[in-house]
Amino acid sequence: MSPRTLFIEAAYLAASVLFILGLRSLTIPDKARRGMQLAAVGMLLAIVGTLVHHDVVHYGWILAGLALGSAIGYPLGVYVPMTAMPQRIAISHMFGAVAATLVGVAEYWHLGNGAQVGRGTMAALGFEVLFGALTITGSFMAFGKLQELLPSRPVTFPGQNVVSLLMFAAALGLFGWLIHDPGAHPAAFYAMVGLGLLFGVSLVLPIGGADMPVVISLLNSYAGLASSATGFAIGNNVLIIAGALDGASGFILSIIMSRAMNRSFTNVLFGAFGSAPAAS
Amino acid sequence: MLELIQIYVFVLAGFVGFFVITRVPALLHTPLMSATNAISAISLVGSLVMAGAERGLLANVLGFVAVTSATINVVGGFIITDRMLKMFKRADRAGGQKK
Repeated sequence: MSPRTLFIEAAYLAASVLFILGLRSLTIPDKARRGMQLAAVGMLLAIVGTLVHHDVVHYGWILAGLALGSAIGYPLGVYVPMTAMPQRIAISHMFGAVAATLVGVAEYWHLGNGAQVGRGTMAALGFEVLFGALTITGSFMAFGKLQELLPSRPVTFPGQNVVSLLMFAAALGLFGWLIHDPGAHPAAFYAMVGLGLLFGVSLVLPIGGADMPVVISLLNSYAGLASSATGFAIGNNVLIIAGALDGASGFILSIIMSRAMNRSFTNVLFGAFGSAPAAS
Repeated sequence: MLELIQIYVFVLAGFVGFFVITRVPALLHTPLMSATNAISAISLVGSLVMAGAERGLLANVLGFVAVTSATINVVGGFIITDRMLKMFKRADRAGGQKK
């Protein structure tokens, strides 16, 4: 193992430990702030470790992206009022999911539009773009509803259930086809991304504003799973670990929150599919 | 059998997440959401490789957009989590803590 690889792996391992410690610190209100600062250091370590990766040969695009992202992210972090927190978290999910999805698409394209993709990698890429795509549009819809750009009441139409299920089934069908033969049908891959985007819209459209925190938390879980799938696809453990932490956290939180609102989890998720939500 | 090891890592990390998160008090659930949101931007790692590797212009441009998006998520996410947690400072030592 070359010194460079050793350094990268050490940075990733330290980052993973710091992420876990950071989340752990949130169990103690007094120590939470320091703990999350440690997690931020972990993120910095992961970035530095990646920058010395031997695949990374030119830095122009990277520096431009880091600069532009910081220029947009900093005011988003500093100036957004606390009352706008849920929609800010939603839009932030959208950005994270955009990154995961684009990496998946670029990876598929780069590997000869699937021609050099093995079945295992294809499964990982598929999960990555599916979770990523539905998180992009789902989070954007959640943001729009909370920001009142869209009607915050549940939007339903006759046959919504059937349409959503058909889209979901079609995406799964394409996914299965691609795993069977990753390279033969590039169009199927891109159609699957498109279906994921549509499914995200149809998932959040029928959910009312009051249930939105549960949905945002669930989308957090999906964003985490998309990160994890990215880790499987490119063989990177820090992505798998951070993504799994997020996936677990988002899922548990959405269950806890729907319980706190006296709604069953499945009710929030599927209740508005077709039927009006309980007048609470 | 690289994939098998990855599945071990995924499952074990998921358990760690489960045990840690279930102990977070309800008071801190919103910061927790914001924190995990910031951490999920770890996909920045994949984006950086895509933007900087020798894989053709399209991959680099997609990577650039991905790096930008993930950086927005990282920077905004950690700053806002910190702002939120600042409000949980205990009153009796509000003066003594680093700002």
